[in-house]
This record gives sequence, C-alpha cells and structure tokens, in this order.
Amino acid sequence: MDIHEYQAKERFRSVGIPVPPGRVVSTPEEAEVAAEEYGGTVVIKAQVHSGGRGKAGGVKLAEHPKEARDYASEILGMDINGLPVDKVLITPAEDIDTEAYVGVLLDRKAQAATFMVSAEGGIDIEEVARTNPSAIRKLSVDPRYGMLPHQAYWLASFLYKDPNLVDQARKIIAQLYDAFVSSGAKLAEINPLITTPAGEMKAIDAKMSIDDSELFRRPDIAEMRDTSSEPPSETKAREAGLSYVKLDGEVGCCVNGAGLAMATMDLVKYYRGKPANFLDIGGSSNPDKVVAALEIITSDPNVKVILFNIFGGITRCDDVANGIIEAIEKIDIELPIVIRLTGTNEDRALEILEDAGLSAYTSMDEVVKKAVELAGTA
Amino acid sequence: MAIFINSDTKVLVQGITGRDGSFHTREMMAYGTRVVGGVTPGKGSQTFEGPKGTNVPIFNGMDEAVSETGANTSVIYVPPRFAAGAILEAAEAGVKLIVAITEGVPVLDMARAHAFARDRGVRVLGPNCPGLISPGKSKVGILPGQIVAEGPIGVVSRSGTLTYEAIFQLTTAGLGQTTCVGIGGDPLIGTNFIDCLKAFEADSETTAVVMIGEIGGTDEQEAAVYVKESMSKPVVGFIAGQTAPPGRRMGHAGAIISGSSGTAKEKIRVFNENGISVAERTADIVGLLQSRLA
Repeated sequence: MDIHEYQAKERFRSVGIPVPPGRVVSTPEEAEVAAEEYGGTVVIKAQVHSGGRGKAGGVKLAEHPKEARDYASEILGMDINGLPVDKVLITPAEDIDTEAYVGVLLDRKAQAATFMVSAEGGIDIEEVARTNPSAIRKLSVDPRYGMLPHQAYWLASFLYKDPNLVDQARKIIAQLYDAFVSSGAKLAEINPLITTPAGEMKAIDAKMSIDDSELFRRPDIAEMRDTSSEPPSETKAREAGLSYVKLDGEVGCCVNGAGLAMATMDLVKYYRGKPANFLDIGGSSNPDKVVAALEIITSDPNVKVILFNIFGGITRCDDVANGIIEAIEKIDIELPIVIRLTGTNEDRALEILEDAGLSAYTSMDEVVKKAVELAGTA
Repeated sequence: MAIFINSDTKVLVQGITGRDGSFHTREMMAYGTRVVGGVTPGKGSQTFEGPKGTNVPIFNGMDEAVSETGANTSVIYVPPRFAAGAILEAAEAGVKLIVAITEGVPVLDMARAHAFARDRGVRVLGPNCPGLISPGKSKVGILPGQIVAEGPIGVVSRSGTLTYEAIFQLTTAGLGQTTCVGIGGDPLIGTNFIDCLKAFEADSETTAVVMIGEIGGTDEQEAAVYVKESMSKPVVGFIAGQTAPPGRRMGHAGAIISGSSGTAKEKIRVFNENGISVAERTADIVGLLQSRLA
C-alpha cells in the first residue's frame, strides 16, 4: 500500500528526521490561508499516488498567498496519470545548496532492507543504477542486528565531505531505517535530501510504500489508505477478501489462484481478446465469495462475457459448481457466462452445470477461445 | 529417488488443530505421509485423530515434539501473525526442512526468520506456498495427491493452482513426476528456483524439469543462467503475467513489476537465451517436454 507524501513525512517526523512544516488542504481558500501563515514563497504539491508529479504540472512555486490560491485551484481537480488530485500539500520553499538521494527498500535477492544513497538527488534511482552504478553506494542491513552505527557513517560519508554534514546525514540514515521498520515498509525514500546554504539538512520529499501483510498490526497506518485513488470495484473487492485488479478489456475473469488467474488473462490475449480484470477467488467453494466476485465483475460496464476458470484440487469441482449455481441464482446476470472446471470430481461438476443450463468445459484453451468469441473482440 | 522429501520424511504439523491444519493433516496422512505429531500451544497431551483410526500426539512446543518423535520436517499452518515465530521455533528445535504454507506473513518478519534458519542450516520452503509432493512417497503441504503420478519429471513453480494445472496435464499425458515443489509467491522465500534445479539435476531419477515462473523479481533470470551453465537435463518453462500492468500486485505479494524489472517479456527472453523451451500456453508444456525428451 502506498501512502501519500504528507503521510510519509509524518512518519519521518515521528522518528526525528528534519522535515519542513507542511499543511494538507483540499480547497484553494485553505491553500491561501496556509501560504499566508507560512509567509514567503511556498510550494504547492499534488498528493497523488503517482510518480512524475512535477512533469505533469502537479508541483508549483508560489510567491504570494494569492498565487498559492490560483495554483492550488489549478492543481486540485487535475488528473495525474489518470489519478484525480483532491489534496495538495503547502510547504515553505527551501533554499537548496545540494541535493542527495537516500532510500531503503526490501531487496528480494539480499532478503534484507537495502539502502541506496547517491549524491545526485532528485533523480530516478533505477535509471542511475543502470547507467552510472558508481554514483550509488549500496548496503544491506542484516535483520539480526539492524542498522549499525559504522554502516550509517559509511553511507553518509559517500554523500558528503564536510564532517558536520556527514554527522547530520548518518543520523538521518539511521532514523530512516527506524521509520522503515516501525512502519512495516517495503520502501522508504527521501528524494531529495537537501542542504541549505546555512548548512542545514532537510527531507523535502518523502515516499513510502507499506507491506500489505503488516497492516493487521498497524491500524494507524492502515487508516492512511486513500480509496479515492483506486476504482470503487477494487475497494469493494478488498473488503470482500478478494484479490482484484481492474483492467480495460472485455473478458471478465474469475479464477481460483493468482498464478492461474494471470495465465488465464494471458491466454485471453493469446486468442486476441482483452482481459477486463485480474481476480482470484481463492481456494474455497463458498458461494458468498462467488457472489461478491460476480458483482464486482458485472459492475464494470466494459465486460461482455464472464469467464470462470477453476482448477479443483483439494476443493472438489462439484462443490465449486454448486457454489457457482447458487451465486448465479442470487444475482441477476444478463451477460453470457462460460465455465471451465478441471480436477477432482470434474465429471460430476459438468453434469451439475449442464443440468442448470450452463456451458461447461474442461479445457482451458477451449473456454478462453469461446469467451473471446462471445466478447466479439477477436 | 525424489528431492527434499521421501518415504522416510517424518513430519510435525504446526497448527495441527486449526481449520486448515487439521484438514490438510488428514489429507497428508491419507496420502501416506508419515505425520508423527503436531503442535498447538496449550493442547499438549491431547491426541489428533487421523483417518481410519490413526492417531498422533499433540505437543505444546516444537522442542518437545522433535525430541519425542524424531521428526526431521515441519509444516506450518499457523496464522500470519504467528508464522514467523513458528519458523524460528522449528529451526531451533532441529528439523531440517520447514514448509511454510501461511500466506500474508509480514516480510520483515520473514527477513529475520530466513536469516535465523540459514544460520542453523535449515531449509525453509515458502512462505505462501502449496508445499511439495514426491508421488507415491510423501506429500507435505496442500497439493492435491490425486492429480500426481510417479515418473521422471521434476516440477518447480511459484504458484499453486497454476502448478496443479501443469501437473494434471503431465499426469494425463502419462508423464509422472519425481517431486513437485511450490516455492511460494512471496518476495522473500527460503528455497528458490536454483535450489530446486540443483536438486533435480543431482536426482538420478529426474530426466527433465518443468519450471513455472511469474512476474516480479529476477529469480527466474538467475535460474535460467544456472540452467545454461550447470544443467544437463532439459528444462521447459512457462511465465505467467504477460498481461499484468506494471506496479500492480497480482494476488501474490511477490507478483509485482517494479520499475522496468520483473516483466514476463524479460523473463521469457532470458529463458529463450539460455536454452529453456518456453511454453506460450500451459497446453504447450507437454508437447515441448516430449520433444526435448525424444
């Protein structure tokens, strides 16, 4: 789960990282009031879960409160990479002497929180890692010991020569690790970390992504979820305990298991159709889950056909067939439905479905071909 | 032969009295797995009733359970918040293989648990995995026993039902398996593709391997290089997620394309480059395998 810049900055402040003050507002009037209170030049920053905010015009410098109001009015209601902006952060502009990048993420290969720092701030770190790896210093933190003082110093001294700055940076690096662990993050980034002409160090941008599996034990962070940045169908799916991602095709997919769901979408594309979604209904034959899944799929106006692809392993196919029939009876569906069931007790399942007047298949290829044909997009 | 588990594998079930734990314990016992006991704190000295009057003891902790039963393997069905702790306990108690079925274990917990297990020379499979099965010998986890058959093919995969799909097609085509391993859909897993490929390469009965990957990370790419450099046996591959949008998690916590790395296209390219035959559809796996074995 991504959290907004202003939320990440709150987490950073709580561990002692120097972050300039800021206020989140959702109207131009509030933006003007905030700018007046701060005095001087302020930055207006769109709060949206997307990179490239600056390029899209979502970050502006305002010299007067009136200008802050105008820019806020421009940015609020803007769409950045398809996401509506309904909040902006107002923060005093800083005089910048140097910019650096400091980030930590869960590295799959190292199986540990791994820092990357670079004296080139405000950059795309992935791009630098590819084109100029020597501009980055990298360190994996051993989860058994946590961040050790000499390691924070080693990273800090790659960024600065001035001992006063190295000292500030090593503290911030250790604090960033604290914020990362105490938030259950999989990514935490300060980009850029600036120094002012007066020699002060500040985190003027913040990015954090939280491991979804941590949310059950961190209710304060779970509350930070902004459902306005996702389609309502995805919010509903999460509440129903389903794993769902909306796409823009016509074939609504309902599959048990994430890997099989992806393979089903790929096969739709192979037969020149377009999947409308990723949806994993999980391992049970519980009709309630199937009902929720069907409601979510049919709420998408692009969907022209519903495709079930179920592999019955431990869950028996006849149970799943009964679950599907019960679910279909509960809600009114006008779209064509095609079903493929394979595995344990498949013969019995096919009989049940055919008795209910539903088309049933045992081959994944045949059912997908049929679904694409019914969607009329081939 | 088989890899990681065989008829001598003695299994303890952590979370044996829970809904999933008790169901799958009975399934494992019915398949012939040597389940020697289970652990549920507070329920020690009770007995777990297996199928057909086969009962096994329940213990309060792993230390006691291992010393009483001589188990060398544990399988974990406990809820996410206790799962990493269960792995630590099992590793300390001295089992050699820990199969972690639980989905949704906090990743930072797993970073510690993996390091702890590695220090003690214990293999962890998973978490968020279906486990493994050596047909006719033993199954540890939740893979359905009725879709496998004994034979010469090794199967390794990050997925659950997609793996069953592939296994079912192999079995239907008369291609039985030495061992089928689900390594799990999480970003930090204990046993990766290369670990399994090495074991299959060393296993005298395995003649070819099916490897099923998906978007996210670079484990498949590293495994492909290993195949080219160190494997004599043919490998057929499949990658799920060609239609997955970047930055979105596709069910599995590890199935996410971050930045430009971890795409299906990239993985397929690296497979092709390193001599792995890539199946475009799961239905093509059997044909490719037959032609590589001919």
